[in-house]
Amino acid sequence: MDVVVWSRIQFAMTAAYHWLFVPLTLGLALVMAVMETLYVVKKDEFWKKAAQFWIKIFAINFAVGIATGIILEFEFGTNWSNYSWFVGDMFGAPLAIEGILAFFMEATFFAVMFFGWNKVSPKFHLASTWLTGIGATISAYWILVANGWMQNPVGTTFNPETVRSEMVSAAAFWEVISNPVAVSKFCHSVTSGWVTGGIFVVGVSAWYLLKNRHVEFAKKSMLIGAIVGLVGSGAVMLSGDSSGVHAAEFQPMKLAAAEGLRDGGNGAAFTIVPGIQVPHMLSLLATHDWNGYVPGINDILNGYTDNDGNVIPSVADKMAMGRQALDALAVYRSTDDPALKAEARAILDANVQYMGYGHLEKPEDVVPPVGIVFWAFRFMIGLGMLIALVLLLCLFALWKDKLGQWTWLLWASIICIPLVYICGQSGWVVAEVGRQPWTIQGLLPVNVAISSLSAGAVKTTFFVFLAVFALFLVIEIRIMIRAIGKGPDVEPLNS
Amino acid sequence: MTYEFLQNYWWVLIALLGGLLVALMFVQGANLHLGNRALSDTQKRMILNSTGRKWELTFTTLVTFGGAFFASFPLFYSTSFGGAYWVWILLLITFVFQAVAYEFQNKKGNLLGVKGFRIALMVNGLLAPFLVGTAVGTFFTGSDFTVNKMAITDPSAPVISTWGNNWHGLEALGQYHAVLLGCTLMFLAAILGSLYILNNVEDEGIHAQMRRSLKVAIGPFLFFFLSWTAILLSRQGYAVSPDGIVSLEPFKYLHNLLAMPVVLCMLLVGVVLILYSLYLGAFSKSRKGIWFAMPGAVLVVMSVFFLAGFNGTAYYPSCTDLQSSLYLDNSCSSYFTLKVMACVSLLIPFVVAYIAYAWHQMDKKKITAEEIEGTPHKY
Repeated sequence: MDVVVWSRIQFAMTAAYHWLFVPLTLGLALVMAVMETLYVVKKDEFWKKAAQFWIKIFAINFAVGIATGIILEFEFGTNWSNYSWFVGDMFGAPLAIEGILAFFMEATFFAVMFFGWNKVSPKFHLASTWLTGIGATISAYWILVANGWMQNPVGTTFNPETVRSEMVSAAAFWEVISNPVAVSKFCHSVTSGWVTGGIFVVGVSAWYLLKNRHVEFAKKSMLIGAIVGLVGSGAVMLSGDSSGVHAAEFQPMKLAAAEGLRDGGNGAAFTIVPGIQVPHMLSLLATHDWNGYVPGINDILNGYTDNDGNVIPSVADKMAMGRQALDALAVYRSTDDPALKAEARAILDANVQYMGYGHLEKPEDVVPPVGIVFWAFRFMIGLGMLIALVLLLCLFALWKDKLGQWTWLLWASIICIPLVYICGQSGWVVAEVGRQPWTIQGLLPVNVAISSLSAGAVKTTFFVFLAVFALFLVIEIRIMIRAIGKGPDVEPLNS
Repeated sequence: MTYEFLQNYWWVLIALLGGLLVALMFVQGANLHLGNRALSDTQKRMILNSTGRKWELTFTTLVTFGGAFFASFPLFYSTSFGGAYWVWILLLITFVFQAVAYEFQNKKGNLLGVKGFRIALMVNGLLAPFLVGTAVGTFFTGSDFTVNKMAITDPSAPVISTWGNNWHGLEALGQYHAVLLGCTLMFLAAILGSLYILNNVEDEGIHAQMRRSLKVAIGPFLFFFLSWTAILLSRQGYAVSPDGIVSLEPFKYLHNLLAMPVVLCMLLVGVVLILYSLYLGAFSKSRKGIWFAMPGAVLVVMSVFFLAGFNGTAYYPSCTDLQSSLYLDNSCSSYFTLKVMACVSLLIPFVVAYIAYAWHQMDKKKITAEEIEGTPHKY
């Protein structure tokens, strides 16, 4: 395998590993903040002890999330050098704002939250707990602004003098931070974190109930976890719908791959699993129109006319225009002749939107691995709906006081803990594998985004990180299981 | 605001973040004492819990320093990180272990044991300042890279910044001038760490150990710092003409110092503050040395960055191809991006204010053995 493949594998591993910890951070932050608010409002020590227990679990998880977050930032530079230069002007600003606005908030108030129980007032402590979660959420917004821009690069102008994408006006900056893809990604990712946190709390509580330990704590935690998880599930579905519409609009190949749609058309059917289809459903979901046109993989390769009547060229034509742009760029930068320069600039400007296609070898390069994206999409939706159902049943069982009889539901809640992680990872597989071959949609393919490194160097660091990640994951799980096994200090064992 | 003003403004902010990062490396320096056999386990846990409340700020400052460089001078980010690959990866790994070591080390089931994670913290305490110092040292010695923006039009070799050797940054360990700065930073972190613990922890035994270690660190620190400074002021540097041509100029950094009296003053004041903090820590009964050492470190580091980047100087020179060298104007972000970020940077005083308030609330009561033995909320 070459350096491009190893760089992709390394980044994918780091991002996937990071996303094991982030959603639980986002979700638990909300759960523990709600519990501590109840403590401060009701002045009930029970809620203080309950919040302290979940904060302890949060801290174990938070540590590895921080450790892996910095690796991602560094890897943009170490493994994606061209990308860093090409997008630094666009991507750097959200990253720097994230650092100034969010990271310091998280870091400062996490320390107060964890150590400050006997050092600051209850209200200041409560504010710190909320600010830790808010900091994490603000952080998610800015990093997803960056990611959203990679999916839908708005507000950018290519500058042939500097050979990069640049932000040239206040309107462009506004376009970047209000990019619809970024906004729906933020809502989808953060609320999926609430689902993760919710089902995690529900699953752990279910385990206590099965063991008949900490029963009051478990029931109250389950109630809060289920509410947080269900609110998250509802928001995930709504934002998922807008994500689908955005994919149809800005990344039709990703949608076609996720649906395994070779040949599209009007009134396209949604495939639940191969062989089972719901007529017109894909058109409805993708375009909010019963008979809307959804292009398939072959349509995109060969060119088509979209729902607004725009003629979309074939990939071969885009590649030809992209190569013209690259040739014109080379002439523009190498000649001193004003006439030649002006001519090259005109050709470049006319074809610049397809410049990324000029780096492709053949039209089929724009097709992502269909099987992976197709099945990841189904895992994400299927597991997400299953988890929402379990959360709903838990709430119902709490209301009707049926938890003691419905032990199957308690087991289902526990099983949902690993499933919610598979669900979240599947979502990112759809988003990122579905974007291939682009680092930045339509502008920069992965093979041009890399650093000048040997495959051996990246392979070495991949295995080093793999070993470190595996070690940390094993330690984290062991410590967390022990902490859960020990339980909260709210009541004696076997209460 | 002109483009030139914004470039300079962002270099000042980068220098400030670099200075704060070094000042906050008291965390790394203090953790070196976790291997001190003269300290009891409770005393080591007092140190651990003292740095454990601050390490995230050092870490966050490092991340923000990286993010700010990415945002304001992306060509440096892409050239240095993609080129000096092994240096940054090594630094990263030490910080990754540090990030989990606090939370994990005293938990049952952690596989590596208390000792394993303390060793990780000490390795971070030694290597992090050394590697950062050595990397910044190459701002003056130069590195082996070329930048060719035309490369992106060549599908067979599209990478703009390429490194000239397969050591990918480790060759800096053979540049004695860069290594001297690495050693300087390592001892400075150790000094800051001792001064911080002296101030933040309430324990006579620990205080005596900190004063002892300060006396040990003074000699090597001064030797490395003065050697590095003497060589810097006598070496040739990388000058940039107004039309962007880079050339070698004898005594360039001495010329910079003399041409920028403010920077000279910052350097001198910074050095005096650090020396005074050493006097307070090692030779008096005062515990307030850290309040002089941290601003001193910030001033010295900022002046080093100013010497590297201002007065027509290439701050990241290429010794392979002089014209590939990076200076403020050829490596920065666009006018508008710098302007947007300059507006955002106005929030920094607010951020500093709430950090100071939170620290003040947390540090009102110094860490004591009773607290460590009595509270469940500890590392």
